[in-house]
Amino acid sequence: MTPQSQPAGSGHELSFGHELPPLDSAEASKGTIRILQLYPRDMNIYGDWGNALVLAQRLRWHGYTPELLEYNVGDDFPSDVDLIVGGGGQDSGQLVIQDDLLARESTLRELAEDGTPMLVICGLYQLFGKFFKTRTGAVIPGIGILDVETHGTEERLIGNVSVSSPEFGTILGYENHSGQTTLGPGVAPLGATAKGTGNNSTSGQEGARYRNVVASYLHGSLLPKNPALADFLVRTAVERKYGSFISGSPDDSYAVLAREHAARRPR
Amino acid sequence: MLYFSVPLGKLVRRVSRLRGGGSALPGLVVEKIDHGFMQRTLSTLPLGVAVVSGTNGKTTTTKMVVELLESQGLKVFTNRTGSNFTRGVAAALLGEVDWRGRLQADVAVLELDEAHAVHFVNRVPPRYSLLLNVLRDQLDRFGEIDKTAQLLQHIASKTTGTVVLNREDPRVARIADTLDGPEVLYFGLDDSLLSTFPNDDEMRAAPGSPVPPAPARPHADVVLRRVGPDDADFEYDGETVTTAMLLRGVYNIFNAAAALTLARAIPAPAAADNAGLLEALSRVAPAFGRGESLTVDGLPLELVLVKNPSGFRLGLKSFPAAGYATMIAINDNYADGRDMSWLWDVEFDTLREGGVDQLTGSRAYDMALRLQYDDVAIGAVNTEIAPALAGFISGAKDKPKRIFCTYTAMLAIRRELSKITTVEVVS
Ligand SMILES: [Zn+2]
Repeated sequence: MTPQSQPAGSGHELSFGHELPPLDSAEASKGTIRILQLYPRDMNIYGDWGNALVLAQRLRWHGYTPELLEYNVGDDFPSDVDLIVGGGGQDSGQLVIQDDLLARESTLRELAEDGTPMLVICGLYQLFGKFFKTRTGAVIPGIGILDVETHGTEERLIGNVSVSSPEFGTILGYENHSGQTTLGPGVAPLGATAKGTGNNSTSGQEGARYRNVVASYLHGSLLPKNPALADFLVRTAVERKYGSFISGSPDDSYAVLAREHAARRPR
Repeated sequence: MLYFSVPLGKLVRRVSRLRGGGSALPGLVVEKIDHGFMQRTLSTLPLGVAVVSGTNGKTTTTKMVVELLESQGLKVFTNRTGSNFTRGVAAALLGEVDWRGRLQADVAVLELDEAHAVHFVNRVPPRYSLLLNVLRDQLDRFGEIDKTAQLLQHIASKTTGTVVLNREDPRVARIADTLDGPEVLYFGLDDSLLSTFPNDDEMRAAPGSPVPPAPARPHADVVLRRVGPDDADFEYDGETVTTAMLLRGVYNIFNAAAALTLARAIPAPAAADNAGLLEALSRVAPAFGRGESLTVDGLPLELVLVKNPSGFRLGLKSFPAAGYATMIAINDNYADGRDMSWLWDVEFDTLREGGVDQLTGSRAYDMALRLQYDDVAIGAVNTEIAPALAGFISGAKDKPKRIFCTYTAMLAIRRELSKITTVEVVS
């Protein structure tokens, strides 16, 4: 694998993506990181693009070159993926991707076991688990990379959330889900909820951690206001590919202020 | 009971007016003591009730329909105050009926919030309904877009006469498949304009990326063919007509096609007068905040209401930034929606060249962070709206100005602006 890896094949060009801002700096790149967005066509609600954009821009600010790829239903799965990000969707979106996701189980499992950093939010968090059992008792199988199960409920958990994470400090975001997720012994929670509900209405925990996979219910988007978490994903991807990560100096002053103001907002 | 409810309600209305109170209390009173008041009063209208619902553009569209029908000589009852709840309608009725409870009108045109529309249509089945769109909005209240579509479907299913649907919004157009009672009419867009109106499913389509070919679509009664700087082309009855427009913004003008379709479906006493309809359409001014233009220091100051990604995208597209000073005001109060995720589904590249002069609102720093990631330069940030607005106005004295704002930020801005310029009072 070289920094000049293959250009994206026609199957996964950014047909549904926003564009990255044009790059004006001509500084030499420290290397290229390929970020794959999972199902952006069908699972892209609540600002999921924000997470991909933040990863790409922070890579630039750290001196690396991001290459944004997409994987949608029916595409060829791209090779040499360094970082994966996936989002939430309407119930209808989840139905559309379900079979395709199951067909990609072994590929995704291999990448996860191998330590590829991944961020999965809301709907894909649920489908990365063992199953989602709906209120009517129907069981939607997940790909089981995460030892979690989710049960649909009548109650919708909505509002601002603050999570205290041993790895990443205070994580701020916004939840909106009616599925309640229970963690098995094979995963750790992302953190303890200080405000809001998180995984389910009883555990006081939010999200799941397994190898370099981070799973969470939080939108917001999650990464912009949580640069420590974004940089964990970026650093891990770079270290895996190039052995070491040489940090740049992103200006996080707006992120700091946005966090301060967000933390004071009501639920 | 029946005999006392109207006089009593009117009395409460007077008293609450005197005390400067809101419009809902008298409605609450009359509904409490006479539950059938609204239903009974509306059922006396010879042309029945028309409801306008959808996530975006209800207020301006309702205003258009009313003015179009009035141009046809109809007397129209409407809930002009923007209280789009059952109670608000009851309160508005109290203001219009005589002391014996009779409403002097031919037809009612009501703007209905999706959340309350279902309750309303169960009690008062409308003769006409106009369903505009299902855009991502207020998701933190309704949970899912698909659920909002179901609410609109319920309105359609209760409609006894004609349902007018947006042909270009798949979730709205699909409602037709579930209906067998009412007549269905569509309003639509020229193929060349389709890419200007991304629906939320296509939200991520990159600007300029190839749009998948549009599937065969049903005939639309009115089609918006072209939008010019101050005019537009509509096609109906096999003819394309050009009309001047005071309304700004493509989304408002698309809703004009919606309003035309509904107005054409409601029979006027004389045969429909298309020239009169167009004339009325050309004179419709935007409802407050929806692309409204005020004057400050002798130069225009435009207020553009933004409340969801599609609306913000269309706002940025409809009002080019060049030559304007720009301010963005983002609040996250209940009426705005608390979730800021939607800002990340809008791309701000059109603001990159000129930058944004001022950011404000309770989530000004969320907006700053969003712009930082799109490489848009930022002037000043102040979460307090009054000083931010003053700074924006004094800092751009020689330039026309534009403010993109969420709902409660817009109310605050209008309050401040009314101290220095003439702002239409909305009660
Ligand atoms: Zn979610």
